[in-house]
Amino acid sequence: MSAADTLLKPLIALGAFVIGAFAAIGRLAIFAARALKSAATPPWYPARLFEQMALIGWFSLPVVGLTALFTGAALAQQIYVGGQRFSAESTVPAVTVIAIVRELGPVLAGLMVAGRVASAMAAELATMRVTEQLDAMVTLRTDPWRYLIAPRLVASTLMLPVLVLIANIIGVLGGYGLSVFRLGFNAANYLATTRRFIEADDILSSLVKAAVFGFVIALAGCYHGFRSSGGAAGVGRATTNAVVLAFVLILLFNLAITVLVFGN
Amino acid sequence: MTERLKISGLKKAFGSKVVLDGVDLSVAPGESLVIIGGSGTGKSVLLKCILGLIKPDAGSILLDGKELVGLKGRALEEARARFGMLFQGGALFDSLPVWRNITFALTQGKLGGGAQMRKLAIENLTKVGLEARVADLRPSELSGGMQKRVALARAIAAKPEIIFFDEPTTGLDPIRADVINALIREQVTALGATALTITHDMASVRHIADRVAMLHGGRIIWQGPVSELDSSGNDYVDQFVHGRREGPMRVATTA
Repeated sequence: MSAADTLLKPLIALGAFVIGAFAAIGRLAIFAARALKSAATPPWYPARLFEQMALIGWFSLPVVGLTALFTGAALAQQIYVGGQRFSAESTVPAVTVIAIVRELGPVLAGLMVAGRVASAMAAELATMRVTEQLDAMVTLRTDPWRYLIAPRLVASTLMLPVLVLIANIIGVLGGYGLSVFRLGFNAANYLATTRRFIEADDILSSLVKAAVFGFVIALAGCYHGFRSSGGAAGVGRATTNAVVLAFVLILLFNLAITVLVFGN
Repeated sequence: MTERLKISGLKKAFGSKVVLDGVDLSVAPGESLVIIGGSGTGKSVLLKCILGLIKPDAGSILLDGKELVGLKGRALEEARARFGMLFQGGALFDSLPVWRNITFALTQGKLGGGAQMRKLAIENLTKVGLEARVADLRPSELSGGMQKRVALARAIAAKPEIIFFDEPTTGLDPIRADVINALIREQVTALGATALTITHDMASVRHIADRVAMLHGGRIIWQGPVSELDSSGNDYVDQFVHGRREGPMRVATTA
């Protein structure tokens, strides 16, 4: 091997990586566009949509609620301890509610639901791919994009804001409970401060984030499930990849929306 | 003779692996053609090309003289509505009860027509020799043979003009395989349908086929009436029909 080859090798690897990354983004974007088109045009399957809404919304409630409750309480404790250093214990209600509603509520609910839902979607669709159920559906005059993917995307996009709203409330209540019962805050004052500091824009941005997270969760699950190949190992790969992709997309879009809305 | 299906010069490669290398094949209306060939010779790929599930690289597939390759949207849906397919593993939807599986093509996945659809499903179950009580079971509660029968009922429920059978007897014992073969023959005749079957089960071939074609190396290397199967004069066909290790086709035994 010549010296030039040795020098070129890392560059070739880097180039291949960059091209591969862009190709993957392109594939995902094309998939998302086709999924959106399928969701926007009939036939629609309301029964499938309600089924998915129940699966995503109702059955995620316990895990989302618990996460919000514990995080809200822990957050209040930390803000109290941290605030003590410069006699700012009284900021607990204000900082807790803003941190929960703007960041932790949507992100934690998004991540928890992603773990539950993106993996389940990927595993189910990948299994249907492996067992030829997706091919069979096409031969039975039904479009899997409309029957399987569209209801999942719409249900997830609609249910995440509901879940995040509940997570926000429970999260604030977690902070309230700990502050009142452990740190000796006055209950009425705590709630009044909370109400004074929270603004409509905070809640709106929280819900917008939630809808975006809902969309990317279902997108990641459907994308990896639908495109899976290679038998049982392929199903496992699809599930893992779906969760990783959903997590990364949630954190990425969270940052983007935060900078966009609160950056100026 | 006008052909129901006429395939010419069909090519498909996955990466550098050439699977179909110019397949020419015709099927007459009402005929039962069986394609034989070793595992991994592209028999399933051929079926999926006809169904539009896989896009061929080159070639043409004519359905009653009309080109199928490159069809999109409504035209593709209309062409597909004339096909039915029995998948190798049954490919039943495990989230739906048996009767919803059977009427899936008729309702296109919707939940309408409850009682009437259920009745129709039971009629089709009877045709494949299953009792009405099976209608409410889930596919996972059925044995392999019963799943195949339900899948057959699903494939014929919409009364397709052309039915594809992908290894219909794989995984069944000889007796159950014979039952499936008899049912296929019976239902195809009853519907007056054209049948295209791929298999490597020779008993199945003799039972189902009017005509046999052999796929090897991505091409059809022999075709003829099933009566000439044993006197084809083709070394490949002979080796396959008699299941000999020695012959023109080499199988790596050390790999």
